[in-house]
Amino acid sequence: MNTTSAASPVLSVENLTVRLPAGGDRANAVTGLSLTVSPGEIVCVVGESGSGKSVTAHSVMGLLPKGQLTASEGRILLQGEDVLAASPARLRDLRGTRMAMIFQEPMTALNPVLTVGDQIDEVLRIHTPMDAAARRERVLGIMGAVRLPDPERMIDAYPHQLSGGQRQRIMIAQALVLDPALLIADEPTTALDVTTQAQILKLIAEMQARQNTGVLFITHDFGVVAEIADRVVVMQHGRVVEQGDRETVLRAPREAYTKMLIASVPGITPPERKPILGAVALETKNLSKTYGGGGVFSGKTRIVKAAVDVDLTVRRGETLGVVGESGSGKSTVARCIARLIEPSGGEIRIRGVDVAKMPERELRKHRRHVQIVFQDPYRSLNPRRTVGQSIMEGPMNFGTSKADALARARDLMGLVGLQPDSLDRYPHQFSGGQRQRICIARALAMEPEVLIADEAVSALDVSVQAQVLKLLDDVRRRFDLAVLFITHDLRVAAQICDRIMVMQNGSVVEEGATRAVFAAPKHPYTKALFEAAPGRDFGSQLTGDAAPDLG
Amino acid sequence: MWFFVLKRAASTLPVMLVVALVVFLMLRFTPGDPAVIIAGDQATSEQIARIRATLGLDLPLHEQFFTWMGQLLRGDLGVSIFTNLPVTTLIGQRLEPTLVLTATTILFSVLVAVPLGVLAAWKAGGWIDRFVMVFSVVGFSFPVFVLGYLLIYKFSLDLKWLPTQGYRSPFVDFQGFLRTITLPTITLGAIYIALVTRITRASVLEVLGEDYIRTARAKGQNERKVLFRHALKNAAVPIATVIGIGIALLIGGAVVTETVFNIPGLGRLVVDAILRRDYPVIQGLILVFSFTYILINMLIDIAYTVLDPRIRY
Repeated sequence: MNTTSAASPVLSVENLTVRLPAGGDRANAVTGLSLTVSPGEIVCVVGESGSGKSVTAHSVMGLLPKGQLTASEGRILLQGEDVLAASPARLRDLRGTRMAMIFQEPMTALNPVLTVGDQIDEVLRIHTPMDAAARRERVLGIMGAVRLPDPERMIDAYPHQLSGGQRQRIMIAQALVLDPALLIADEPTTALDVTTQAQILKLIAEMQARQNTGVLFITHDFGVVAEIADRVVVMQHGRVVEQGDRETVLRAPREAYTKMLIASVPGITPPERKPILGAVALETKNLSKTYGGGGVFSGKTRIVKAAVDVDLTVRRGETLGVVGESGSGKSTVARCIARLIEPSGGEIRIRGVDVAKMPERELRKHRRHVQIVFQDPYRSLNPRRTVGQSIMEGPMNFGTSKADALARARDLMGLVGLQPDSLDRYPHQFSGGQRQRICIARALAMEPEVLIADEAVSALDVSVQAQVLKLLDDVRRRFDLAVLFITHDLRVAAQICDRIMVMQNGSVVEEGATRAVFAAPKHPYTKALFEAAPGRDFGSQLTGDAAPDLG
Repeated sequence: MWFFVLKRAASTLPVMLVVALVVFLMLRFTPGDPAVIIAGDQATSEQIARIRATLGLDLPLHEQFFTWMGQLLRGDLGVSIFTNLPVTTLIGQRLEPTLVLTATTILFSVLVAVPLGVLAAWKAGGWIDRFVMVFSVVGFSFPVFVLGYLLIYKFSLDLKWLPTQGYRSPFVDFQGFLRTITLPTITLGAIYIALVTRITRASVLEVLGEDYIRTARAKGQNERKVLFRHALKNAAVPIATVIGIGIALLIGGAVVTETVFNIPGLGRLVVDAILRRDYPVIQGLILVFSFTYILINMLIDIAYTVLDPRIRY
């Protein structure tokens, strides 16, 4: 990372305006945007969802959805050439050769039915006259450069045979195989685990330094910005709020919006918390879940141990964080406790009663004591039912009269900060944060003792995330709930959990009071997790501050 | 891969056994005694008993079944009551026209329907798309025999371009074959084109919204390759499924089409056998059709693994 200014910019966006189709919530997706990217420079465009950052990236590539979004004003100069004025054929020539893009979801951004080698090779076939042998050489070379293990073997693999991090490396290889002058990275690490994210960020920095590539890096994560940016462009509602070099924007933001965004980022140092000594609400002993090893006909002999001998206790009024990367078994544990899946072994005691092997008929009356809030508020509410129906359904299943359930639903809507009158609206009429509030209200309607939040704030923008975290903390206190908080995000865990439990490959590797674990992690895996957390210096600036009051 | 093919083939054996059992029982429990029909109205009860004995119908049900299964395993489907020819011979004689008609229909339909569906998906909402959709609704709603007679009326009787009926083997008289097979193929293919076009459109349209399509465009790939190399291959599994189901439908359609165009295929044999109550032939044909269907299903399952590397059984 070096800050070059003398060289003429690789990318220069001048006064770009992208019109939205008529009838949207605003006239333009992007209004009067100007920015530049110099060779060898990483420019981070940061903003919340709907800020227009992805639209900007897609405009540069000429990949705006046809007929829906059109760049109506301004110029986008790629090494001096206006891509908005380029013909479709010229644009195709530029893509892959002078500008390239990597995307958020390495799971879906690669074609599942073509080998990864073939997909990198495709770029060479489109843009170069190289013969098959030379192309193979080049593909193997770039696969080695992005540090993929054993390129000779991996070149014939299909995307589903690779891990998320490896797929993102393939995407990067594909983007950089022809050494473009500009790399656009649209949230390239958002879908990755924190340790993988750290590796990919390092790789991007390394690869761009190699050929002095200019990088336009789209992200919502200030930790990532702190880690990788040379310059930062903050966007809101399609406009640039503030731009400047990294230190200035992060340490001394001028605009209120930037300040608010930065203040919303949870600090990585946990605040002091008193140990909670309430009654034990939830306890598991040797909880295990094994998948696979099916019958003789399935032919599958692979056994996956998703959870191995997990012991945990959560007291009333306490938040236990379960931290780990994807595949660590944290969600499996949550689902077993809620008995959404059948545990293979062990005990699950809720209010002292073991529900691990309880048959469904008996289990029913225990179900209300454990409620879950899921990650994706867009998919966890039935789109065909009003939110009132969704909130009232549970209590009515347990014999509450309709009038009582309605009264309770109205109270809860007020409690989670929404209009009680909006009960007869449908989920799509609410924003993501509002929907997550509705999900919390739905869970609370059952008057549970244990609330499981399974990545409940992971899909939310930082400012909304801070509000929902505060709400969760409020309801925990008010209803004396035992909260099991599943997250991959250490910052979030630091702010909300009394104790945390770190999981890896289905086992608990470390457990303790949040502050103690953060201050002195013992297990190597825990240490690796902390080291990988992006922008730790940046995060530590927030210590001592109380959790931002945005509610 | 070969292990999978073997395993998949082995798993069809129980299905075939069940099919054979059902066919056997179906005919045994159908009201009416073949011996009575064969013997005719004036037969005495001794004559009927004698015929029953020759046909083996006086034996207990399970013995009849095992005898029949024994024959089946030797590839013997029995003898036609009406023509006294072995059923295998009868089917063998009629197999070629049906197979050829099925093959031309599939080929024609897929060649027309898949590009049409891809085009409709690419230009979704445009006039090509609307035209294709209207066309496929019309294709669906036209009964095979109505379309067949309309085509004969126009191209054979009115324009006198093509013969009204008949069949020439492509191995004997290729030009004659082309002239006779064209109208039956179009007739039989219409519903099939409609079906495959619709499913191709829906399936490609869904795939076009996927991230890897955007990736392909971001590489600078042209639209034709984006559609056929990236989108179509991903959309292929549902299309292959429908083509498979379609082959089963074709067998039903062939019965009508072969009658309309007077083609001496299996479809005609079915109609004739049913009209004459020729039980061994009906039984044999049902078995052959079922086995074909099972075989096609197996081939489709195998095709899945070729089309989509993520599918492994």
